Amino acid sequence: MKLFEQPAHVLHDMLVNKEITSLELTEAVLARIDEVEGDVKAYLTITRDEAIAQAKAVDEKIAKGETISFLEGIPGAIKDNICTKGVKTTCASKILQNFVAPYDATVMTKLKAQNPVIIGKANMDEFAMGGSTENSAFQKTGNPWNTECVPGGSSGGSAAAVAAGTAVWALGSDTGGSIRQPASFCGVVGMKPTYGRVSRYGLVAYASSLDQIGPITKDVTDCAHILNIISGRDEMDSTSVNEEVPDFTKALVEDVKGLKVGIPKEYFVKGMDPDVEKTVREAIDKLKELGAEILEISLPNTDYAISTYYLISPAEAATNLARYDGVSYGERAEDAADLVEMMTKTRTKYLGEEVKRRIMIGNYALSAGYYDAYYLKALKVRRLIKEDFDKAFEQVDVIVCPTAPTPAYKIGEKISNPLEMYLQDACTVPLNLAGLPGISVPCGYSSDNMPIGLQIIGKALDEETILRVAYTYEQSQSFHNDRAQLGGN
Amino acid sequence: MSYEAVIGLEIHSELKTNTKIFCGCATTFGAEHNTHVCPVCLGLPGVLPTLNKRVLEFAIKAGLALNCEINKFSKFDRKNYYYPDLPKNWQTSQYDLPICENGYVDITKSNGETKRIRITRIHMEEDAGKLVHSGNTIKDSDTSNVDYNRTGVPLIEIVSEPDMSSPEEARLYMEKVKSILQYIDVSNCKMEEGNLRADLNVSLRPAGSDVLGTRTEMKNINSFKAVEEALTYEIERQEEVLEDGGHIIQETRTWDPDRGITLSMRSKENAHDYRYMPEPDLVPIITTDEEIEAFRKSLPELPDARKARLEEQFGLSAYDAGIITSSREMAEYFDAVIETGADAKLAANWIMGDLSKNLNAESLEIADSPVDAKRLGEMIGLISKGTISSKIAKKVFEEMWKSPDSPEKIVKDKGLVQITDTKAIEEIVDKVIEANQKAVEDYKSGNKKAIGALVGQVMKQSKGKANPQTVNQLLAQKLG
Repeated sequence: MKLFEQPAHVLHDMLVNKEITSLELTEAVLARIDEVEGDVKAYLTITRDEAIAQAKAVDEKIAKGETISFLEGIPGAIKDNICTKGVKTTCASKILQNFVAPYDATVMTKLKAQNPVIIGKANMDEFAMGGSTENSAFQKTGNPWNTECVPGGSSGGSAAAVAAGTAVWALGSDTGGSIRQPASFCGVVGMKPTYGRVSRYGLVAYASSLDQIGPITKDVTDCAHILNIISGRDEMDSTSVNEEVPDFTKALVEDVKGLKVGIPKEYFVKGMDPDVEKTVREAIDKLKELGAEILEISLPNTDYAISTYYLISPAEAATNLARYDGVSYGERAEDAADLVEMMTKTRTKYLGEEVKRRIMIGNYALSAGYYDAYYLKALKVRRLIKEDFDKAFEQVDVIVCPTAPTPAYKIGEKISNPLEMYLQDACTVPLNLAGLPGISVPCGYSSDNMPIGLQIIGKALDEETILRVAYTYEQSQSFHNDRAQLGGN
Repeated sequence: MSYEAVIGLEIHSELKTNTKIFCGCATTFGAEHNTHVCPVCLGLPGVLPTLNKRVLEFAIKAGLALNCEINKFSKFDRKNYYYPDLPKNWQTSQYDLPICENGYVDITKSNGETKRIRITRIHMEEDAGKLVHSGNTIKDSDTSNVDYNRTGVPLIEIVSEPDMSSPEEARLYMEKVKSILQYIDVSNCKMEEGNLRADLNVSLRPAGSDVLGTRTEMKNINSFKAVEEALTYEIERQEEVLEDGGHIIQETRTWDPDRGITLSMRSKENAHDYRYMPEPDLVPIITTDEEIEAFRKSLPELPDARKARLEEQFGLSAYDAGIITSSREMAEYFDAVIETGADAKLAANWIMGDLSKNLNAESLEIADSPVDAKRLGEMIGLISKGTISSKIAKKVFEEMWKSPDSPEKIVKDKGLVQITDTKAIEEIVDKVIEANQKAVEDYKSGNKKAIGALVGQVMKQSKGKANPQTVNQLLAQKLG
C-alpha cells in the first residue's frame, strides 16, 4: 500500500519507528491531491502551506525523541461546517463564502492539542442539507469508486477524501445520516456517536437536536482512536453529556460470541436495492457464524421516521439559519432600499434552493395554527420512535441493518426529486431522532462494484459494543483493505 | 356613560449579574460600542448558549419575593423575529413553561386603601442590542449601526394580570415591584439606563361591566411619571373615541413625553407570528424544593414586613413607615441611625425632611449622602439630650452637609450649645422686658399672644441658643 492509502494507526507506528516522516506523508497526500482532486473535488479549501509547516514541526519533535500522540503529524480533512479559527468555514454556502470564524470549534481545540496535519476543509451539501453533496453551492464531489457517482452526503467531501487517499482521516457531521451514508457510498468507516457524546460548539447548526460530529476513517481502529480524542463533556455545550469517556480502543476485540444482534424487519423495505439486501444479509450470516445470536425484531414506527425528521429538522433549521441576514457577517445583497429588502434580497440571492425549501417547510410547521398539527405531533412521534428502540434494546445488544437502501447513484440522477432523496434517509434518520450511536462499515459491493455499508446501531452511550461488533466483522473480511481505483492507482 | 380603565403591565428588568445570560461578556452599562461582545452573544455560526446560573438564581428570588410559585420544570424557547439588534434573529425567552407563575404584590393607594395586584408569570430572557442611527430614526437615516453590548444582558419580564384600574395604581404597582427588586438586590432598577421599563396595556369598559374592551399597548415606558401621564392621556383618548361612537383599534402606540400624547405605531393586524419553538441548545431547567427553600431563606426582610416592623417596634405611622421602607437603602439608613441610640420618630422626621430635601436638591442617592447615618444619629442624640434645640439642629445639619466634622465638634466650634443656665437666660429676659414695654402691656391686658414676640426677642439675642422651654417659663413667671 502507498502511504496515502494507509490507515492512521499504521502511519502512527511508522512515524514512531521513524520509517517515515510526517513531511513525507503530508507531501504524499498533497501529491495525491494534485493527482486526483480535479476529479474528486473533495475540498473547498486546501491549507497546503500550513499543512507542510505542521508536518515539519512534528518531525522536529520526533527528531528530538519526544513522544507523539495518535494523530500527531497525520493528515486529515475537516467538514466545512466545523469552525476553524483563521481558515474559511463556508458550509458550502454562498452566504458564508468569505466567512472566517474568529474561534475554533471544541473538536478543533481537542484535535489541535494532538498536532495533526490539517489538509483543508471538505465539501458538503449546503448547511449539511442533502444526501449527495450535490447541494454544495461550489462544486459537485465525485465518488472515488466512480467519479460519475455521488459520494453521498452531506459529509460527501470528508468521505470522498478518505476514500481517495487525499486525507487519512476526516471529521464529518451527521444530522440524519450525513456521516454514515457517505461512508457507506465511499467504502469507508463512519460513526455518528450518541447525541451529546461530542461537543457541538463550533459546528454550524443545521438541526440542533439531531446534529452530531463524528469520525470518517479507513477502518474501525482509526474510528475508535479519533472518537477518544473528540468525545467528552464541554461546558460550552449544555447538551453534551456529563459522562466519563471510556477508552474506545479497548473495545477493539474480536469477539461477538453470545452477543444478541437484532435485525429490524422494517428496515428491509420494498424497493431496497437487491445488491444491498444481499450483501447485508451475508454480513448478518457472517456475524452469526462468528457466534452472535441473530434475532428478528420490530421497530414499528420506522415508517414515520422520515416524515418526523423532515418536520423537526427544517423547523430547527428555519430558526438556526435566520441569522444569515446580511447584517453583521456573511454576504449582503446590494441595492436594497430598506432593511427588510436588504434581508430578503440577501437570503434570496445567497441561500441555495434546498436550504430555502427547508426553511419554508420549517417556518410553515412552526406557524401559529399549524404548530400542533405538525411540529408538536412530530415531537410526539419522535418519542414513539425512541421508545421502539428502548423496547428493542431490552432484547438485543445491537441492531444491524443496511446504512442506505441503495449504493451510490449517478450525479444528477435524483437531485430533481427531493422526495426520492429524502427516502434515501430511511435507515439512518431514526437513530438521530432517538439520539443513538451508529456506525457504517464496508460489507461488500454492488454488481457495479460500488461499496455497500453495514449499519450497526447501539444503545445510548454504548459506542463500545458497536465498535466491538464492527471490529470483529471487519477483521473477518478484507473490505477495509480495498481501495478505490483512481488516478494512477 | 362612565367607563373604568383596565390596566396590565409587563415590566422588563435587567438583572445585575456581572456577565451576560448565555456567555461570559460583561454587562457594564455605557461601554464603548461593541466592546462587550464575543462569538456567542454576536450569534456567530456554530455558537451555543450556556445558562448563567446567577440569572436563574435572581429570577427565582424575584419570583419568591413577588409571591410566585416556582416551576420546578422550566425551559427556554426561541421567539423568532427579524431585527438587526437581534443577531440570531430570535430572542431566547420562555414561552409555555416560565420559571415563575401566580404571584402578587399589595399596593397602598393615597387614600390608604390596599389593593392586591396579581402577577401572571415571570420569565427569563435575553436583551437585544441597540441601533445607532445616523439620523433620528431608522427611516430618515442613511446608515444605521448596531451596538451589541446590551445583546444578551439578562432580563426578567414580570407580567401582571389586568388588575389595575387607574394610572395611580399602575405607578404604585411599578414602584412596589422596583422596590422589591432592589430589596432582594437582583436589579439596579436604574430607569434612566433602561434597567427597568414597562409595556402598558390599557382598555376601557363600561363601569361595572366584566367584559374586557379592546386594548392598546405602550412600549418601553421608563419613568414612573411617564407611566401615570401616558395612561392618563390614553384613557382620556379612548374615552373620547368611545363617546364619539368609535372603536378602539388594537395597536401599539408610542408615548411622546414632550408633546404629552400617544401616537399610533403599528397595529396588531400586522403582528408578528413569533413561531415559538423549544430552544434545543439549552437543557430544561430542573429546580428542586431544597434549592427553592435555600433561595427563600436567603431573601432579606421585604418592604411589607419591614414596614409592619417599623410601625410595631418604633410606633411610626403607617405613612412614615411606608416612606422609610420604600427603598432598601433608606430603610437600612434608618436602621443605622436607630443603632446609634437615636429616637425613632425624630430619625424618621429628619430622614423624610431635611435629609431627603438636601438629597433631592443635589440629585444624590441616600448611599452617597454627605451626612451618614452615624452622624445624623449623633445629632439627633444632641437634640434629645437638650444640647441643641431642633432649630439649632437645622444649622448643625447644614454644617454637617458641608463638613465631615462630628455634630459635637460643629456645635462646639460654632458655639451653638443651647443655654440651659437659668441665670444667664434670666439676664436676657430681664433686658427684653425692659426694652419691650409695649408688648408687656399688651400681654398684661390679656393679649396672651404677645408673649411670642418676647420669646422671639430672647431667642434672637441669645442667637437661638437659649432653651425655648426655659425662656417661656421665665417670661410667664415674670409677667405674672
